[in-house]
Amino acid sequence: MSQELFKEMAQSILDGDDEVSAELAQKALDGGIDPLAAITDGFMPGVNEVGDNFACGDAFLPELVMAGEAMKAAIAVLEPAMMASGVSRQVLGKVVLATVEGDIHEIGKTLVGTMLTSSGFKVYDMGVDVPTADLIAKAEEVGADIIGLSALLTTTMIKQKEVIDEVAKRGLKVMVMVGGAPVTKEWVQRIEADGYSEDAIGAVSVAKELMGL
Amino acid sequence: MTKNIKSITNPKLKLEILTPQEVQKIHHATLHIIENVGVRFPSRRALEIWEANGATVDHESMIVKVKPQIIEEAMKNAPPAYELGARDPQQHLNMDGNHVFLGTDGCGVEIMDIETGQRRSSVLKDAGDIARIADATEEIAFHWVALSAQDKPAETRGLHEIKTVWENSTKHVQTESIYNETEARAAMEMAIAVAGSKEELRKNPVLSLMQCTAPPLGHDGGSLDAALVAAEYGVPTGFMTMSSCLTTGPATIAGTLAVGNAEVLAVSALLQLAYPGAPIFYAAAQTASDPRTGVYTGGGPEDFLFGAATNVLADFYNIPLSMGSFATGAKEPNWQAGLENSMSTFMATIAMSDMLLGAGFLHGSRIWSYAQMQMDCEIYSIMHKTLQGIVVDDETLALEAIAKVGPGGNFLTQKHTRKHMYDLFLPKYMDRRPYNVWEEKQDNADDWALERAREILSTHQPDTLDLKISAEMAKVISSLEH
Repeated sequence: MSQELFKEMAQSILDGDDEVSAELAQKALDGGIDPLAAITDGFMPGVNEVGDNFACGDAFLPELVMAGEAMKAAIAVLEPAMMASGVSRQVLGKVVLATVEGDIHEIGKTLVGTMLTSSGFKVYDMGVDVPTADLIAKAEEVGADIIGLSALLTTTMIKQKEVIDEVAKRGLKVMVMVGGAPVTKEWVQRIEADGYSEDAIGAVSVAKELMGL
Repeated sequence: MTKNIKSITNPKLKLEILTPQEVQKIHHATLHIIENVGVRFPSRRALEIWEANGATVDHESMIVKVKPQIIEEAMKNAPPAYELGARDPQQHLNMDGNHVFLGTDGCGVEIMDIETGQRRSSVLKDAGDIARIADATEEIAFHWVALSAQDKPAETRGLHEIKTVWENSTKHVQTESIYNETEARAAMEMAIAVAGSKEELRKNPVLSLMQCTAPPLGHDGGSLDAALVAAEYGVPTGFMTMSSCLTTGPATIAGTLAVGNAEVLAVSALLQLAYPGAPIFYAAAQTASDPRTGVYTGGGPEDFLFGAATNVLADFYNIPLSMGSFATGAKEPNWQAGLENSMSTFMATIAMSDMLLGAGFLHGSRIWSYAQMQMDCEIYSIMHKTLQGIVVDDETLALEAIAKVGPGGNFLTQKHTRKHMYDLFLPKYMDRRPYNVWEEKQDNADDWALERAREILSTHQPDTLDLKISAEMAKVISSLEH
């Protein structure tokens, strides 16, 4: 029975259908299937397949994002049950993500969040226009491995440096990766960020690299 | 939809390049030229036909002057629409005024070798290789013989070329390299072998002929005789004017249009007088010579205007048009190549030229580049998409999706997005990668385009031509060589 269900789970990810994926997650819990197995053997193969298709140019960005959303919906159902039983899924790392203070540009940051989540990172998306102090507080609170900072304007880009300086000043063991249209390799070197990517797919590889994976 | 052929049809975009009054003015100027200045027809047969039909013929200068009424009456017999045939019956091309079909360009003399990248003289095998790639490429609907088979004797070269194109592709073959009656008769025999019979060739013309005029206001005798042979067999024939502002035409665009129009209209009338109802087409690739040196340019704003205006003239005479576009004057695939080929193709396609020439050349139709061919095909695909214009209806206005997303957020997860994301154009040769990826690889569109051509050449197997047909064609050719 579970093999059949796992197949449907993978398919719901391929279809990018978050309603079906949440239903299937619930069905697994009701049927006494291990939530961790549902993720690893059910939903993850779907995510991997979409990712592979995307890498080959056979899937489009909306399909990838929809798959990510469907995965999120499934995890939202399964995670409480796992926590209740004292198991937690293996996360590749914890990422606190935000668009910096003074900047309301959202889509790139959100895409990075979706990609990281569906790749196995735990993402705390704080939204847009987030002050440095709030970011640092959140990173400390959750014990973040990485802070991800987006900025679209040359005038707000400087906030990326502010966060990095603050992390250094406090001696926090957290890495900072940055992104956004005006961000160049040279800027990244100047502010001494730990990593950067020009797109959401690249951000996953950078985050994995930072985690030593 | 024709098998493995992408045509432009039912375009939404329109362009009015000449008003009906302006067309009338050019038409009357043309008739005035034909009646009072005359056109040179250096072919005994052509002169006899003109004389029998009431034209004034000067046998010494071979200049013919024709009354407008004779021209206009003759042109009434020209069929407004017909099909170009093909070895594969699913690859017929409808010359109905509502389709644009792209062909390869032709008759170049050099090639950037697909393996070494070095420039060298063209040989027969190149014409076959290019045909094979074109066979697999949906943007290419028909062939011109791309390169001259310089390893074959001059008197049968044009025949070797069409043979190899047929052997490597099932698509329509148009040759621009049959220059006299003997060659034309041999070509007809070969076409009959491919089509199956003389009657079948008339119904399914697997071959068409393109001849050049000799501007200003002249023709080549051999070309005239060859065209008359084709018309006799019902094989579609067109004459191309390459009249050029400043040198072989007046410096003005309107004047050059009139000169070229006189050449094409007069010879079209001749073919109709000889064989009423024979399928003919208008062909043109006018240009402007460079005012500093007089050289052939291969592109520029004058070419773009000619590209759109000539179709208005062909429409006025109610015959299909084969229009020269692409064929940049650039020496390598670069800014100039992209600019000239895009603009010339946009202007010729928005005017709905039935046939469009031709993909693949650099340096003004002299040097073949496989990379340029693939990139030209992408330009054609971009025109294909652009000319569709913008569809405005309830579905495309997407009000439901807009309401779901609301201010902020994004449309990536909407069902509407999933349904319509395939409507968006996917380029093969535009660099949309992150900067650092390009920085690392330092590769460009021409590298990818060349890679694609190599891949097709090493993998694509065209439908084999019956060996008996090949043998028959070889026999026709060798009978002329001994």
